[in-house]
Order: sequence, then structure tokens, then C-alpha cells
Amino acid sequence: MWSSNWVREALAVLAKDIRSEYRTRYAFSAVLLFAVTALAVVSFSVSPYSLDADVQAAFLWIVLFFSAMTGLSRSFVREEEARTAMTLRLSTAPEAVYVGKLLFNIALQGAVAAVVVPLFLVLMDVAPAHPGLLASATILGTMALASSSTIIAAIVSRANAKGAIFAVLAFPVTLPGLSSAIRATTAALRGAVGSGSALVAGAAGDLRALAAYSVLMIASSLLLFDFVWDD
Amino acid sequence: MCVCNSRLFAALKLLLGVWMTVVIIAAFFYAPAAQNLGQMSRIIYFHIPAAWVSVVAFAVCTAYSVRYLRNRRTQDDAAASFSAELGLLFCVIATVSGSIFAKATWGSYWNWDPRETSIFVLLLIYGAYFALRSSVDDPSRRGSLAAVYGVLAFITVPLLVFVAPRIPAVQSLHPDGPILATGGGLDMDGRMMTVFISSLMGFTGLYAWVFSLRLRAWRFITALANRQED
Repeated sequence: MWSSNWVREALAVLAKDIRSEYRTRYAFSAVLLFAVTALAVVSFSVSPYSLDADVQAAFLWIVLFFSAMTGLSRSFVREEEARTAMTLRLSTAPEAVYVGKLLFNIALQGAVAAVVVPLFLVLMDVAPAHPGLLASATILGTMALASSSTIIAAIVSRANAKGAIFAVLAFPVTLPGLSSAIRATTAALRGAVGSGSALVAGAAGDLRALAAYSVLMIASSLLLFDFVWDD
Repeated sequence: MCVCNSRLFAALKLLLGVWMTVVIIAAFFYAPAAQNLGQMSRIIYFHIPAAWVSVVAFAVCTAYSVRYLRNRRTQDDAAASFSAELGLLFCVIATVSGSIFAKATWGSYWNWDPRETSIFVLLLIYGAYFALRSSVDDPSRRGSLAAVYGVLAFITVPLLVFVAPRIPAVQSLHPDGPILATGGGLDMDGRMMTVFISSLMGFTGLYAWVFSLRLRAWRFITALANRQED
């Protein structure tokens, strides 16, 4: 009974955020334009050269990381700015708020990645050696980015300099996930050089590390969220 | 009780001063130089203890943060921030001394060796922790936000230690030879070992002393502020 209520509340928070995002399209358009601009700058400046796979993977994740940094704090900061946080605090269980915001961030970052990654392949003229591996690295990397930055967004929304410190706080915490995602993407893009069981085993290890990192971040965020949300 | 305690502390403080002096002298004149690195190997008596203290200080900061989240005593929050301050100081010492050593032996100040990466991230975490503290006005909210961030960052540190050494094509440049045997155990000359362990204890003692000093000063200041309010 209690648990079904809880899930319903989380989904209600998610639906509310999606609806308000659909009406304004603020976060999505800002993040997407940022990502496309960054991608265009990168592609424009390196297009004469054929880059190595690890450089390409690093570029892709730099674009994805910083576009996440521009958009993922919105979900909490908007509640504070519109002064609706107090109502949410009264009406909804803290864990439900966290899960709803987490799902919204995953959806937002997933939508951005779904545009950026194909665009990246086209602009940089890359044919990934293992498309399936690239897709799973992108999905799990998106999960990792969203799961680590949702709690940071909640912390930042309670502080004064909301925009300025989000990336500063998120970077050290996100780094383990980010470096695993970059390595898995490198393996997916490169393929031919080290193709064999060793490469697949290494990439599988990175994907497992990404999944474990996301689970760890979500679990510890659920434990700590109450202290950030209710003070 | 109180008098006895303060006498004990004074004696310990004197002991610490003598201990550190002996360690510094012994590091240069008693311990032999390592075979491959020569005189430069003497950095291990200062660089590694500093790195060790910066990690210990972070662990102490996390422990106080958890205690603050449990019972909301301002003293725990203050202790967490003091421990982080000292950790930042020792982290800078370890980074700079290691960087000079890197220039002397490997030819460049920074190489993104796995251990350099992890100490750099620790430095970033400390920086972010203080950036967060300085951007919140309300003391109780500052305490809980900083505590949550400290705990969250502490959870990711073991991941980083696990992930960073696995970065391919980057073999660790750190000279394990004279310090860590291939089996993983310590393999040092007896005299080097003695000085190294003593230095480790001395640095930890130094940290504990400055930390308690800082905490005592904080107690005086808050007591004084409370009295002035009354």
C-alpha cells in the first residue's frame, strides 16, 4: 500500500516536470543548443584532421558532460526560484521527490544524448566499429551522469551561487563514471585495432563499472537526500 | 581531571616537537639512500606521510559529517571543516613535493600518473567542499549541505582508486621498487623503514595536534560570543 503510493508520487513528480518542461521547453532547448554549439565548434576546428578514437571519445563525453552541467540542475533550481519547493516538501515524500527528479534528469539527458551522439557520428565522420557497444556505453553513461548530478543539483539549489558551483561540485564526484564511459566509448569507436576477446572483456568491465557506479550513487543519494531536502 | 589532561597534552606536544626534529634529521643523515633513486629517495619521508594525512583528514571530515547529520551539533560541523582545511593543506604539500620529484626523476612536473590523478581529484574535492561552504549563508544549512557533499565525495574516492590505475597505456611511474615489493608487502631497508614509519606517525601526530588546537580555539571563540550575547 505504502510502496504503491510512493511509486505513484514519484511518477507524479516526473509527470509534473515533463509537463512543465513541455510547456516552456526551457531546459531541453538550452541544453540541446549548448550541446550542438559545442559539437559544432569541436567538429569545425578539427575537421581537417582524422583523430584517434580515444580523442574522439573524450570530445564526445566532454560535450555530453558540460551539456549535462547546463541543464540537470534546472529541475531543482526551478522549484526554488518559483517558490514551489515548500509545497512539494509538504505534499510529497522526500524519496519520491528524488526518484521523480532522477527519472526526469535521465529522460532529459537521454533525449540530449539521442540527438548529440548521431550528430557527432555524422559531423566527425566516424563509423563506430561496435554500434551496440556505443549505444550501451551512451545509455549507461547517461544514467551515471544523471544519477550523480541529481543529488548535486539538490545541494546546489539550496546554496546561493546556483549556476556557478554546480560543475565544480559535480566534476570530482562524476569522474569515475565519466572515465569508464570514455574508455568504453573508445573501445566501441576503435574496434579493429584490438578487436578480440580482450577488447570486449575490457569494455564489458567498463560497462559493469558504470552500472555499479550508478547504483552506488542512487543508493547513497536516497540515503542522503532527506538531509538536503528538509533542513 | 582537567589539569591532568592539559599537562598530558603539553607533554605530548613537547614529545611531538622532539619526535619531528629527530625524524627530519634522521631522514637526511640516518636513513641510507635507495639504490636506484639515490638521494632523491629521501622524499618518501615527507611526501608519502603528507599524502597519507590528506586522506586521513578526509576520512575524519566524513566521520564528523556523519555525526553532524545524526545529532546536529555545531561542533561536529566545525570539526569537519577544520579537518578538511588541514587535509587541503597537506594535499597541497603532497602534490607540490611530488611534482618537484616528478620533474627531477621523470622529466616533467605533471604526467597524469594514476596516483597524480587521484591526488588531483582529492584536491578538487577539497576545493569544491570549501566553494560549497562559502556559498551558503545559513549556518545549519551550510553544515548539512557540506556534510552531505563530504559523504558523497568520500563514497566515490575508493571507486577512483579502483578506476584510475586501470587507465590503459598509462603505467604508473611511481617508484614502487624501493617501497612496495611486487608481492604487495613492504620491502625496505631496516633503517629506511624505521624512519618512514616514524615520519608517518609524526605527521599524523602533527595533524592531530593542529586539529585539536583549532577545535579548542573554536570553542573559546563560540563561548566568548555566547557570553557577549548574554
